[in-house]
Amino acid sequence: MSSKSLHVLFDDDDVLLNAVKQIVKEKIHINEIYTPFPVHGLDKAMKLKPTNISIATFLYGCIGFTVAVLMMNYIMIVDWPQNIGGKPSFSFIENMPAFVPIMFEMTVFFAAHLMVITFYLKSKLWPFKKAENPNPSTTDDKFLIDMELGSNITKTKSMLKKLGAVSIEVIKNNDDEE
Amino acid sequence: MSSHYEAPIRKPLVLGNKSYHDISEDIARPIETPPNKDWWIAFGISLAAFLWGIGCIVYTIGTGIGTWGLNKTVGWAWDITNFVWWVGIGHAGTLISAVLLLFRQKWRMGINRSAEAMTIFSVIQAGLFPVIHMGRPWLIYWMFPIPNQFGSLWVNFNSPLLWDVFAISTYLTVSLVFWWTGLLPDFAMIRDRAVKPFQKKIYSLISFGWSGRAKDWQRFEEVSLVLAGLATPLVLSVHTIVSFDFATSVIPGWHTTIFPPYFVAGAIFSGFAMVQTLLIIMRKVSRLESYITLQHIEMMNIVIMITGSIVGCAYITELFIAWYSGVEYEQYAFLNRATGPYWWAYFLMMTCNVVSPQVMWFKKIRTSIIWSFIISIVVNVGMWFERFVIIVTSLHRDYLPSSWTMFSPTFIDIGIFIGTIGFFFVLFLLYARSFPVVAQAEVKTILKSSGENYKKIRDKK
Repeated sequence: MSSKSLHVLFDDDDVLLNAVKQIVKEKIHINEIYTPFPVHGLDKAMKLKPTNISIATFLYGCIGFTVAVLMMNYIMIVDWPQNIGGKPSFSFIENMPAFVPIMFEMTVFFAAHLMVITFYLKSKLWPFKKAENPNPSTTDDKFLIDMELGSNITKTKSMLKKLGAVSIEVIKNNDDEE
Repeated sequence: MSSHYEAPIRKPLVLGNKSYHDISEDIARPIETPPNKDWWIAFGISLAAFLWGIGCIVYTIGTGIGTWGLNKTVGWAWDITNFVWWVGIGHAGTLISAVLLLFRQKWRMGINRSAEAMTIFSVIQAGLFPVIHMGRPWLIYWMFPIPNQFGSLWVNFNSPLLWDVFAISTYLTVSLVFWWTGLLPDFAMIRDRAVKPFQKKIYSLISFGWSGRAKDWQRFEEVSLVLAGLATPLVLSVHTIVSFDFATSVIPGWHTTIFPPYFVAGAIFSGFAMVQTLLIIMRKVSRLESYITLQHIEMMNIVIMITGSIVGCAYITELFIAWYSGVEYEQYAFLNRATGPYWWAYFLMMTCNVVSPQVMWFKKIRTSIIWSFIISIVVNVGMWFERFVIIVTSLHRDYLPSSWTMFSPTFIDIGIFIGTIGFFFVLFLLYARSFPVVAQAEVKTILKSSGENYKKIRDKK
């Protein structure tokens, strides 16, 4: 099956943002937008859901904290308690102040690394991954909207021209990956 | 555009008549042009120093720690001084990229990339010293909490030295992923404009296939913010824990509660000085004066001045508390520092760290490039001596006058230190020619609000 889509190029972030708002208003579906830098307000304009990655990070931090507590409790209290300078080595809660630095470090370690791994996996970023931006200038100074044609292609095109599009291309998608 | 408004009173952060494309051009230029003769000379010298250091390390490991100037009384000296010095230098990078991000300081965008690079490279140098000092570095895995199969004991979680292992490794790895995540869009920019196939391949590999989708950017910004939130307490914890190495001991001169904040302030102080040293050269060589402006240099000088004053305050507090404590050992430790055989090191530390940054109160000096460069070097020398004073003068005259002695480094001690400086500059020089040294994607977001040309147009209205 093949479908068609439009690749619309812009050269300014404000023009892009304005155009996106108009396209959304016209109820034409936007497949993707590629930009060279984060355009503030773009996610809201194209009605992207806010990301949940910070909630995940909080949970990762909790995991790190738990791992640290369990590890130190097992090593220092359960498995092989030692008398170190007469400190209270036989009770976790009494020995706890000495464990605080590592609890903190492990919390940060788990939260930061698992968050970044989640981000890389969700955004499909890893070594040898092929870049998917259709136009190489979208990492430099151009902004590209990959969108559907709308009900009337000539009407859509003229609207986009009016909104300040630099170029409009009709792309045939061969969905042969399926 | 109201969304790009910035108060006219703020000076532009991007100078000249720049467009988005100009920024890409300027950042890609050092990567796409061959290095000049000066670069090769600097690289050659650094590499020679690095190789010399490797030789000294190999000799130390082959023969033993006895090749160092340490003795029975002074069991920690040159290597730990270098360790603390390098870790301290590393702190500025995280401070610039994380703390200033949380405070929404836009001027960090011109310098954060290089400052983070400096962090990573200097923490690598720092990590070398404890590893070599172990004497048998192939047993480094004894530091990790691994199941006990040697018939001996687990690691001791009550020990600040083990806290250090966790703190430094967390710090190094978190800084690395923070840095690399920020680099992805910039690597992608280099990748998409590369003409040489080899270059294209390399930058495709290291940009992890970054495509700049709207959703990616949304996550990218969230990740940057949360990482900054995590890195801020992390960076404060790292030097706090380094200071615990001393503060939890019972040695007069080390056993003080002021150490954590005092060490953190000192770390930021020396780190900013190192950033200043590196960037003053780099902005000139790589022609980045439009992005690393005189305003950036002035801002960093103000940070140096303030943290220098905090450090000076800590020095005086230490003296006061030693007297006020009424403990004669404590009092002697500080009297000995200032007037004993190492008075010259104490004097250097006081002059370089407390007196020299005070000249930054004069606008003329803090906006002078040559003065900024000189002061930044002076501060780094002073901060090295601070650690030397804290470590050596507290140890060399202990409770037992019969064991009082002096410390003098051997050429191996000095050689390893020179080697780490060489290694650091080898890494930094390679970085300056192959990495986008300014976070160009971030700078593009402030171009319309803080670019000189855009500000001028707005001010005319």
